[in-house]
Parts: sequence; structure tokens; C-alpha cells
Amino acid sequence: MTFLNHLISGVSLGSIYAIIALGYTMVYGIAKMLNFAHGDVIMVGGYMCFCATAYLGWPAWMGVVLAVVVCTALGVVIERLAYKPLRMAPALAVLITAIGVSYFLQNAALLIWSSNPKSFTSIISGEPIPLFGGRLSISRITIVAVLACVVIMAALSLFTGKTKMGTAMRAVSEDKGAAQLMGINVNTTISVTFAIGSGLAAIAGVLLCSAYPTLMPTTGAMPGIKAFTAAVFGGIGSIPGAFLGGVLLGLIETFSKAYISTQLSDAIVFAVLIVVLLVKPDGLLGKHVSEKV
Amino acid sequence: MNKLKSYAASKRGRDSLLSYGIVIIAYIAMQAVIAGGGLSSSLKGQLVPICAYIVMAVSLNLTVGILGELSLGHAGFMSVGAFTGIVVTTALADAIPSAPVRLAVAIAAGGVIAAIAGVIVGVPVLRLKGDYLAIVTLAFGEIIKNVVNVLYIGRDASGLHFSLLSQRFELAEGGKMIINGPMGVSGVQKISTFTSGVVLILVTLFVMLNLINSRTGRAIMSVRDNKIAADSIGISTTRYKLLAFVVSAAFAGMAGTLYGMNFSTVTAAKFDFNTSILVLVFVVLGGLGNIWGSIIAAALLTVLPELLRAVSDYRMLIYAILLIALMLFNNSGLKRRIIEKRGLRQMEKLEKADMAGKGGA
Repeated sequence: MTFLNHLISGVSLGSIYAIIALGYTMVYGIAKMLNFAHGDVIMVGGYMCFCATAYLGWPAWMGVVLAVVVCTALGVVIERLAYKPLRMAPALAVLITAIGVSYFLQNAALLIWSSNPKSFTSIISGEPIPLFGGRLSISRITIVAVLACVVIMAALSLFTGKTKMGTAMRAVSEDKGAAQLMGINVNTTISVTFAIGSGLAAIAGVLLCSAYPTLMPTTGAMPGIKAFTAAVFGGIGSIPGAFLGGVLLGLIETFSKAYISTQLSDAIVFAVLIVVLLVKPDGLLGKHVSEKV
Repeated sequence: MNKLKSYAASKRGRDSLLSYGIVIIAYIAMQAVIAGGGLSSSLKGQLVPICAYIVMAVSLNLTVGILGELSLGHAGFMSVGAFTGIVVTTALADAIPSAPVRLAVAIAAGGVIAAIAGVIVGVPVLRLKGDYLAIVTLAFGEIIKNVVNVLYIGRDASGLHFSLLSQRFELAEGGKMIINGPMGVSGVQKISTFTSGVVLILVTLFVMLNLINSRTGRAIMSVRDNKIAADSIGISTTRYKLLAFVVSAAFAGMAGTLYGMNFSTVTAAKFDFNTSILVLVFVVLGGLGNIWGSIIAAALLTVLPELLRAVSDYRMLIYAILLIALMLFNNSGLKRRIIEKRGLRQMEKLEKADMAGKGGA
């Protein structure tokens, strides 16, 4: 039964990682940049929901909506101000700018909300649901996280596969220049991608804070790195890959915490990543692109 | 002697000698300022960290600028160097009474152990490409941090004792814990000095400049510029990649030792992802492949938060904004236009001088 309990909490954590990783992978696939500020958008989402429910007394669902709206706008603004002028610049310049944005968000949050951790009230209230006559219990937030993750994954797959905007996204991710020649507005497409990615980060932020209720300006940093790892793990740029990578990462982390060592769990997660990348250098579901001379 | 003369006569030799000269002059100037009491104590405390960060930035520049591979785990090697240095100096405290000699031995040991770590990390990592390589260096940096975090090393009359995860050894009477797991190290004798830092910078510059301007250095740059072309003319790309990576790791280790011996308390968490990123920022802002750029950026950006202390609460926010603004300016049309204008003006001047010369003749 303890095994099943760990399995459930692993899947719960993994679903949250997967939602963040989906945002990461979308942005990477299209803008070809590592958006290090993604983790801090998660934190902003958490604070938005916290402010709405704790200070303004709004109901939880309105807090979530506020978080999503603010983060979506934030994502678009960041892209316009910081990343768009660097579209032609070398990849490293964009990376450093993303780090600058990450510092900016963290320190702005530090000034606004101070470094004292805030205790976040879960958006889902109610007792855990007992299973097998009470020998096993699932918290409600776990169910919500897993459902949200599956729904988001399915919706994103449909969106990129079936809609006009999704087709444009796939075209831009393959060849920006050719897409532009075909009449696709590359800037709008990239903005929409950032909007979706940041909106997902907000949802992930609310779920993360509901599951682990301490909120600090640095809350988003580590989950951001882990989700990035998850995205690479599954093959960056691939939507099912991000989902698979996130869930696996959550499971590995929870099981190594439970059965090996709490302090070494991060090391084990990263070691597994290294082994996977050595065997499959493009991630689990990544496409291999061979170099042509 | 003749050899030195011909070295000094070549352009490359002149540039290198000039570099060492500038560092030495800067050192003498700093000493004069310190003697004159013109330095606040908080800035004085920054002198050794600045030296360490300069060495870190120059060494990372070898990987990122010269070899052209993004590394996000450079602080891991710094950590290895710092803790090796602490163990070595504590173990040799009685054997070598002279502090500078002990520091030199510790720095050498830190470099060697970090180089070994570099081989262990480099062999798997360098098989990957681009962002995948970057994420794996990040992963290794985190692994090193986590492992050092659960390392317990103690010393007593019977020698050194090691254990992982929890303290599994008993120290005899008079024994002392050196590394105490997540608590890190405390009560280290601070033996790093500004002078030793400058000497380390000079050694680093000497090795780096000679490496870059050698046959090996050109081979490394060819791997960066076009791996396939380099492969096709018989350059062993794997070998040169690994060489550059290991040299880079070794100097990061030495910088780590210097840094570690400057504080009485050191924890593994000090050398995390943020430290790696900080050094990467120095390298990119200084200019990829530009050694002097790295040195200046490292010195300025380490001092900057201290100088911004007047606006204490907002200093990191200002730092972030400056960073973004600098990157945007660096890649904007504005900079290109300024450079073009300056070029035009210079051309005009030359033309005028030329005309005047012709008129006179």
C-alpha cells in the first residue's frame, strides 16, 4: 500500500511537472530558445492566485482565472520587450536575456511580497478520498492535477494538429523563413505560443502551490529547471514527450525520495536524465535530425 | 634571452606581455589604494572573490567562447576545487606550516581533482550537442552539489575518514570534522590573499593565452567553427573537445580553492546553478572568446552589486534591468549604427589627411 501511495504522489508531482514542461516545450519548439524565465512565471501565477483569494477574498476559481490572465499577458509582454528584438541575435544572447528576465521577476516579487514564505490555501478544499476501505487515500488536488494535465495535453495536441494557428506553429518551428514566405505571421505565431506557455505556467503554479503550500519568490526556480529537464527527457519540442518526461520525472523523484535518500533525490533524477540522453541523445520521443554537409 | 626578445617582438608575444603588464599594474594600483585607505571594508572583502570569478570567467570562456559548447554547470568544478582545497589544507596544517605554500599545494590539488571530475563529466557530456549538452552540464553541476551536500569527512590521529549520507565514523580524541554534510565547512583558516589571487590570474592568463595561440588552440577553434570540416581534415574533435573541457574544469577548480579559502564557512549550496549562470553572464557580456572581456566583465559585475548598495533594496532589480538592457543594446541596430558612424568619421578623417598630404606635396 505504501508503494501505491508513493505511486500516486509521484503521478501527482509528475503531472505538475508535465504541465510546466508542455509550456517549455512549446516555446522551445517554436522560438528555439531556453526560456529560463518560465519558472518565474509559475511563481507569479502562484502569487496572483494567492493575492486574489487571501487579500481580495475572491473564490478560488476566480483566483485561477486571474493568475492565467496575468501570466498570459506577462508572457506576451516579456516576449515583445525582451526576446523579440533579439530574434536575429545568437542563441546565447537570448539565453542571457532570459536569465535577466528571470532575475527581474524574482527580485520584483521579492520587493512586492518580501522573502517571507506565504502559506497558500489549496484551491481545492475537502478531505482526501479514501480507497480500499481507508487503507489508501488520494488527495483531491492530485485528481485535479492529473485531470488538468491530461486535458491540457489532449487539447494542445488537437490545437497543434487540427487548427490553423497550430499548423502555423508547426510550420514556424520547422522553418521560420519558409513559413513567412507562405504568408504566416511569424511574430503573431510566436506571441501566441508564449501566451499559451505562460498560461500553462500559471495553471501549474496554482497546482504546485496547492500541493506544496509554501510560496516564495524562488518557488518557481527549481520546478522550472526540473520541468526543463523533463522536456529534454521526453525529447524537447514534442508534446507527448513533455507529458511522458514530466510524469516519469515525478515518479523517479518520489520513489528515490521514498526508497533511496531524500537528499540525493535530485542527483538521482539528473543521473537518470544523463543515462537516457546517452542512450537516446534526442530524448525519449524526440526526432533525430542528422547533420548534412 | 634572445628567445624572449623575439617573443616580445612578435605581435602575439607583445599582446601577451601587455596583458600580464596590465594585470600587474592593476595589482600595484590596488595595493596603493588599499595602503592609502581608499577602499571600504566591504569592497576589500570582494578582492579575493573578484580574482576567483575572473579565473572562473576566463576558464569558462575556454569552453563557451573558444570551444563553442554551452556549459551550465561550471560552479560544480568550483565546488570540487573548494572542498578539495579545504580538505588538503586541513590535512596538511601541521606538515606545511607556511600558509602561502599550503595554499599553493591546495590550489594545485583542487585543480587536479577538478580536472579528474572534468574527465568524468566530459567523456559522456561531449558526445551530445547544443542544448542537450547544456542540460547535461547543468545536471552534472546539480549532482556534484547534491553529492558534496551529503559528504562527511573528518580527521583524527589515525588519518582521514570519509562517509556518504550520514556520519558513519567515530573520530578519536582530538579529531575534527572537516566537511559536515549539509552544514558544510566551518572554521576554515582563511589563507587566500589578494596577492595569491593575482598570481593565480597571471598563471591562468599565461596558460590560456599560450593555449589559444598554439596549434592545439587553433584545433579547438576549428571544432567550434565547423566540426564536420575539422573532422574531415583529420582533427580528432573528441580529443580536443575533451582537452579544452578538462583544462577549463581544472582552472575552475583552482578558482574554487582560492574562493573557498577566503571564507571561514563554506556550504555546497553556495556553488549552485545560479553561480554557474553568474559566471556565464560574465563570459557572454565580456564577449565570447575574448579573454580581456571576461576579466573586465567579471571584475565590474562582481563590484556592481556592492556599488549599488546605496539603493539596497532595488540593487538586484537594477542589476537585472542593466543585464537585459546591455544584451538588447549589444544586439541592436543602435550599436551597429554607432560603430558604422565612427567608422565613417574615421574614413573621412583619413581622406582629409590624405588630401592635405597630397596638397602639401
